[in-house]
Amino acid sequence: MMARLMIACAWLFLTAAAAPPKTDDRAVVIASKAFTESVIVSELARLSLREAGQQVVHRQALGGTRIVFGALKRGEIDAYPDYTGTLRFEIYAAAKATDPAALERLLAQNGIAMTNPLGFNNSYGLAMQADVAKAKNITRISDLVGRMDLRFGLSNEFLDRGDGWPALKAAYGLAQKADGLQHDLSYRGLADGRLEVIDVYTTDAEIAFYDLKVLEDDRGFFPAYEAVFLYRADLAQSHPQAVEALQSLAGRILAQHMRQMNKRVKIDRQPETAVAADFLSKETGQTVVGEGNAGLLGRIWQRSVEHMRLVALSLTMALVLAVPLAIVAFRKPHLGGAILGFVGILQTVPALALFVFMIPLLGIGAAPTIAALFLYSLLPIVRNGHAGLAGIPADLQESAQALGLPPMARLWRIELPLALPTLLAGIKTAAVINVGAATLGALIGAGGYGQPILTGIRLDDMGLILEGAVPAALLALLVTGLFDLVERWLTPRGLRL
Amino acid sequence: MSATTHMPLLFSLHGVGQIYGAHRALGPLDLEIRAGEQLALIGPSGCGKSTLIRLLAGLVTPSEGTIRFHGKALSDLDMGPYRQNLGYVIQNGGLFPHLTAARNVTLMARQLGWSKARIQDRLVELARLVHLGEDRLAQYPADLSGGQRQRVSLMRALMLEPEVLLLDEPLGALDPMIRYQLQTDLRDIFQTLGLTVILVTHDLAEAAFLSKRIVLLREGQLVQDGGFKDLVDHPADPFVSAFVKAQRGVLAGGAL
Ligand SMILES: Nc1ncnc2c1ncn2[C@@H]1O[C@H](COP(=O)(O)OP(=O)(O)OP(=O)(O)O)[C@@H](O)[C@H]1O
Ligand SMILES: [Mg+2]
Repeated sequence: MMARLMIACAWLFLTAAAAPPKTDDRAVVIASKAFTESVIVSELARLSLREAGQQVVHRQALGGTRIVFGALKRGEIDAYPDYTGTLRFEIYAAAKATDPAALERLLAQNGIAMTNPLGFNNSYGLAMQADVAKAKNITRISDLVGRMDLRFGLSNEFLDRGDGWPALKAAYGLAQKADGLQHDLSYRGLADGRLEVIDVYTTDAEIAFYDLKVLEDDRGFFPAYEAVFLYRADLAQSHPQAVEALQSLAGRILAQHMRQMNKRVKIDRQPETAVAADFLSKETGQTVVGEGNAGLLGRIWQRSVEHMRLVALSLTMALVLAVPLAIVAFRKPHLGGAILGFVGILQTVPALALFVFMIPLLGIGAAPTIAALFLYSLLPIVRNGHAGLAGIPADLQESAQALGLPPMARLWRIELPLALPTLLAGIKTAAVINVGAATLGALIGAGGYGQPILTGIRLDDMGLILEGAVPAALLALLVTGLFDLVERWLTPRGLRL
Repeated sequence: MSATTHMPLLFSLHGVGQIYGAHRALGPLDLEIRAGEQLALIGPSGCGKSTLIRLLAGLVTPSEGTIRFHGKALSDLDMGPYRQNLGYVIQNGGLFPHLTAARNVTLMARQLGWSKARIQDRLVELARLVHLGEDRLAQYPADLSGGQRQRVSLMRALMLEPEVLLLDEPLGALDPMIRYQLQTDLRDIFQTLGLTVILVTHDLAEAAFLSKRIVLLREGQLVQDGGFKDLVDHPADPFVSAFVKAQRGVLAGGAL
């Protein structure tokens, strides 16, 4: 019976180990931040590098600025697109860098270089319906001065920011009153004719969709958020053609291009890859093929492999530690309290926080995800293992002792088999929690079923969300069923009801 | 007592007592047990019978006093081999539910690396001794009757041919017919094997039937130590008479 337990453990471990590693060492790793524009721009870069004959992978929507920039700094990724404004006001806010040269020096200190601006500027701007602007003869923000007939609708954030509306009014001498409203609603207000001027991000998909005119910031009020690629400085030596391919994008992606591509992805629901490939084909005059999606089944298979690898590895590691911990807690009651308390506290850390805590220690990707899932799986296993052992009736423990069985034999032949049903229930709980929690791994670049869920949330695409959620739910059910079988197979006949 | 007085001392207890927190469960008491003796520990519930058996089995270290086995203090003995030299049947049998009867019985022999053939021979021999059908051996404890479970427990205790058998109320929860049958079988077994037996029971008739020497305990103290006739004819104090009287109905219509 204990032999069967060994077989079950070995099988679990082998499945985990047999899953292929995800990335090719020689490939350049490009990442994107977790919003559509970043993903499209990185797809442009990936396709360009591929056309240049470079092995390249794109880790889509890896996370926010801190996570992705951190990953670049540590060399876990080779390049990603960001904005000069983000560098100035977020990443190097303390340094108060004003000119590009100063930014480049700061980046160089972190071993990072940047390309020339890609072409578009994604900053705040004011926009009007194109035909209305034309009719009223308005092209620049200064043209708004004194036009009290125009109604302004501004997003609450822009209205309240010190460097937003109040500063803009002062800079241009605008006297209009503005209503605060939600960003989504302001586009509709324009279309309905209830508003004439709204604030926008200058590459918003809606600008292309509603055919808006972004007014020229003729006094240079809005700080520039020019798109650039950041890349590891050493990439220039190790992969010169990759850097060349990134540079080749500079100056070619203009704001209207970006708006159009954002619109095709966000509003027309076309895949980022196809949109990026179309753009490159038009730009270069050569046909660039976005290799399309691997097909629904292929995608689900790929993610299943990633997901199960996360679950199997973390669960195996948890087993290897948790079972001995449960035994120690049982045999040494004075340590038991501390052990159960510690794994209990781990469980109170919100899962998301635990994932993020792992990044400084283990970087991004599968490793920190597995570590977080591992910590998360400890409690159910230790607690149930301990409960199973402690629940062995006193007379059976006494019998085992009275027979003269040595402690190890007692554990192996009597105590563990008797505790097994409870222990297995704990492992099953851990596995099911693990399958669910592993979807969070996508937030830090581990792939799996969380990936389509995240993308689906980003694009507000229910189909994509289901593409991740349904297999995750099925896997949880499968795991439950599998454990029921294992439980039946492992439970000694005398203990079956 | 006369038949065994020439036999060597097996256990000798001096000032042995057991205290749990503020509660004295046993002693202090002195007791000597000779090799080949069959001794019944008797007394009301909670008087310390199981405690004394546990002390003898080396499962609990006494709070005070010393227990010697063949003249050596238990505290100086290696507990593994010592316990293998004792057959102990705990109060409810204590069979492991996840092992078949046969595997329960042979657990320790397998641990000690006995050969398959030797294990098998001993198993058959014991099944015959305790009158257990061999087909029962493949069963799990849950599928055996109460009487069969006690027989299996006894086989397990006897497997390694111990020098001493410790039985804590081996027939406690059985119906009268089975109990009667098992009492007879136990007496035959004791006679066949000639080993030292220390047996706990509440039942004076059973004590008298299975052993010549009866030790009566009350609230952890040894009240009287002698044969059945001594207890009936020369009770050491009013408690002993009361204890004997309480069982008189059975005694009058039964063994006596
Ligand atoms: N581990 C323990 N901790 C505390 N008290 C105990 C412990 N074991 C036994 N006792 C107490 O010691 C006393 C003697 O218990 P013991 O089990 O020896 O009685 P017994 O004579 O075997 O009773 P019974 O005939 O009911 O089996 C009881 O009062 C019991 O509550
Ligand atoms: Mg008792």
